[in-house]
Amino acid sequence: MRRAGGFVVLGSACLASLASAEIPLDQRKSGADFISAATRAMQEDDTANPAMLSTLDGESMWNEKAGGAQKSCGDCHGPAPKSMKGVAARYPAYNVARQAPVDLSGQINACRTDQQKAEAFKPESAQLLALSAYIGSQSRGLPVSPPDDARLASFRARGEALWSQRIGQLNFSCAQCHDDNWGKRLGSALIPQAHPNAYPIYRLDWQGMGSLQRRFRNCMSGVRAEAYPYGAQEFIDLEVFLAHRARGMPVETPGVRP
Amino acid sequence: MTQNPSPLPSYTPTRRQMIAAGTGFAALMLAPSAQATTQEMEKAILAFTGGVKPRESRVTVDIPVLLESGASVPTKVSVESAMQGDDFVTSLALFNEKNPQPNVAVFHFSARSGQATAQTRIRLGDSQKIVAVAKMRDGSYYMGAIEVIVTLPACAEDA
Amino acid sequence: MAGNMGRALISLPAKAKRGDVIEIRAMIAHPMETGFRPDSQGRLVARDIVNRFECLFEGEQVFACDLFPAMSANPYLSFTMRADMSGELVFRWRDDSGALSEEKRRIEVE
Ligand code: HEC
Ligand code: HEC
Repeated sequence: MRRAGGFVVLGSACLASLASAEIPLDQRKSGADFISAATRAMQEDDTANPAMLSTLDGESMWNEKAGGAQKSCGDCHGPAPKSMKGVAARYPAYNVARQAPVDLSGQINACRTDQQKAEAFKPESAQLLALSAYIGSQSRGLPVSPPDDARLASFRARGEALWSQRIGQLNFSCAQCHDDNWGKRLGSALIPQAHPNAYPIYRLDWQGMGSLQRRFRNCMSGVRAEAYPYGAQEFIDLEVFLAHRARGMPVETPGVRP
Repeated sequence: MTQNPSPLPSYTPTRRQMIAAGTGFAALMLAPSAQATTQEMEKAILAFTGGVKPRESRVTVDIPVLLESGASVPTKVSVESAMQGDDFVTSLALFNEKNPQPNVAVFHFSARSGQATAQTRIRLGDSQKIVAVAKMRDGSYYMGAIEVIVTLPACAEDA
Repeated sequence: MAGNMGRALISLPAKAKRGDVIEIRAMIAHPMETGFRPDSQGRLVARDIVNRFECLFEGEQVFACDLFPAMSANPYLSFTMRADMSGELVFRWRDDSGALSEEKRRIEVE
C-alpha cells in the first residue's frame, strides 16, 4: 500500500512546546497503551496475535542447519527458551570484534556469517524478523535491561543528540513529538512515547512484520527527512539511547500496531 | 452463490467481478469508480438469497467503534438461532459497500457448529456499511448491518 | 507458484466436556494478494488468496469458509464446534495457485 508520505497534520500549533523534557520514569507508558483496545487484545493473545506466525517461523529456523558450518542456532545455543531468555532485553550490546554496539538483528547476522558461515540475512527479511521475534519473545515480561557498560556511553550520547535534533522539512525532533507531546493526537493516531520494548512488531497497515528501524524510517519520512539506511550507525545509536530510556519496562515482543 | 460442494471447490470470480474490482487501498483511491457500490452490494446479496429480500433481524455484525487501520478490521458475525431443526443457519455471508468487490466471506455451518457465529478480520478501504445475511434451513433469510468509520494512520510509509 | 502457502496457527482446547461448545481459531500465513495492487512498475500483481478453508471432524464438515480479496492478509477465522466425542480434526485450505495445505489436531472429550 502506498500513501503520500508525511505526517497528516503538521506544521501546526498543536505541537508547540519548545524545550524538550525527559519523561519521568514513573510516567512512562508502553506503546500498547496508545493503541485501540482491539489492537491491544490482538497483541495480548497468542492465538490471535498475527506476529505469532513469524515467531513460530523463527522457532523452526532456530533448529535448521545452515551455511558452510552446517550448524543450527540450536546446535550451539541449545533450546532458546533457556539460552535466549533475557537476551533481547540486553540489546544493543557492545561487540568487541566490531568495536561498536550491535542490536539483536546485528548479533543474529554476526552468528550467521561468523558462526554458521552463511550469508547475512537482508534487513527486514522474513527470516531476520522471524528470528528476532522468536528470540525477543524469550524475554517477554522481563525488564528492558541495557548493559551497564562504559563502552556504550558515547554511542548513547550520540543517540540522545540525534533524538533531540530537529530534522526534515517539517523541522521536528523525535523528542518534540515523543517526549513533549505524547498522548496528543496527530491526525487519527495518538503520539506514543516511542519505546522499543515490543519490537519487532506486526503492523496491520504493513500487513506484516517490521523492525524498530523500519519504524524510525517511517517517522523520519513523516517529517520529510531523508531516512538513514537500514543498519546505519545513527539507528544503532538511537536504539542504544531508546533502550536506556525504556530501562525497566517489560518486554512485549512481538507487538501489534495499527 | 452455490452451497459448498466439498471438498474445496474452486472459486472463480466472474468477469464482471474482476472488472468491477480494484482491491488494495491505493487502487481504490486512484479509481474510485471501480468501487463496489451500494447497488452492487444489493445485487450480490440478492444473488446469495436467490432474489429473496432478507428480513432485518436476528443477525448481528460487531466491529469495534474505533478503527485505526483498514487493513485488518476485527469483525464478528452472529445469528440468533437454536441451530436445531428448521431454526438452523446453513450459511452466513458478509458483504461490503465500498471495497472493489462486494463479497467478503461466506461461512458455512453444520450440525456440529453449536452456534451460528464466526469471527474474522477484513480489509476496509473507507468508512462504509457492512452487511451480513444468514441463510436458514427453511429457506428464509435474515440480515444485520453496521456502519463503520475508518481513520487513517498519521504516519505513512514512503517506501 | 505454491510459494505462498506457509504456516498456520490453529488453536483449540486439547480437552472439552461432552456438550461444550468450543471455540476454534485458525490463523494462516498468506499475503492474500488482492489482484488489484500495482507493483513498483505499475503492473497489477496477480491475485493469490486463500479462497477456501474447511474444518472436518472425523471426516464430517464442521465449518467452511469461502474467502474473497477483502479478507485481511494472514487470514484469521474463529468458529465454534459442539464437542460430542473425542476425535480428529482436519483443517485444510487452498489458495488461487491450487496449493493445498492441511493440519490435524486431536480433541479429547470427557
Ligand atoms: C511529528 C511527530 C513525530 C516525530 C517528529 C517522530 N515521531 Fe515517532 N511516532 C509518531 C507517531 C504519531 C507514532 C505512532 C504512529 C502510529 O502507530 O500510527 C510514532 C511511533 C514511533 C515509534 C513506535 C512506538 C511504538 O510503540 O510502536 C517509535 C520507536 C518512534 N516513533 C521513534 C521516533 C524517532 C526515533 C523519531 C525521530 C527520528 C520520531 N519517532 C519522530 C510521531 C512522531
Ligand atoms: C557455531 C556456534 C554458533 C552458531 C551456529 C550460532 N551461534 Fe550465536 N553465538 C555463538 C557464540 C560463541 C556467541 C557469543 C560470542 C558472540 O557474541 O559472537 C553467540 C552469541 C549469540 C547471541 C547473543 C547472546 C548474548 O547473550 O548476548 C545471540 C542472540 C545469538 N548468538 C543468536 C544466534 C542465532 C539466531 C543463530 C542462528 C542463526 C546463532 N546464534 C548461531 C555461537 C553460535
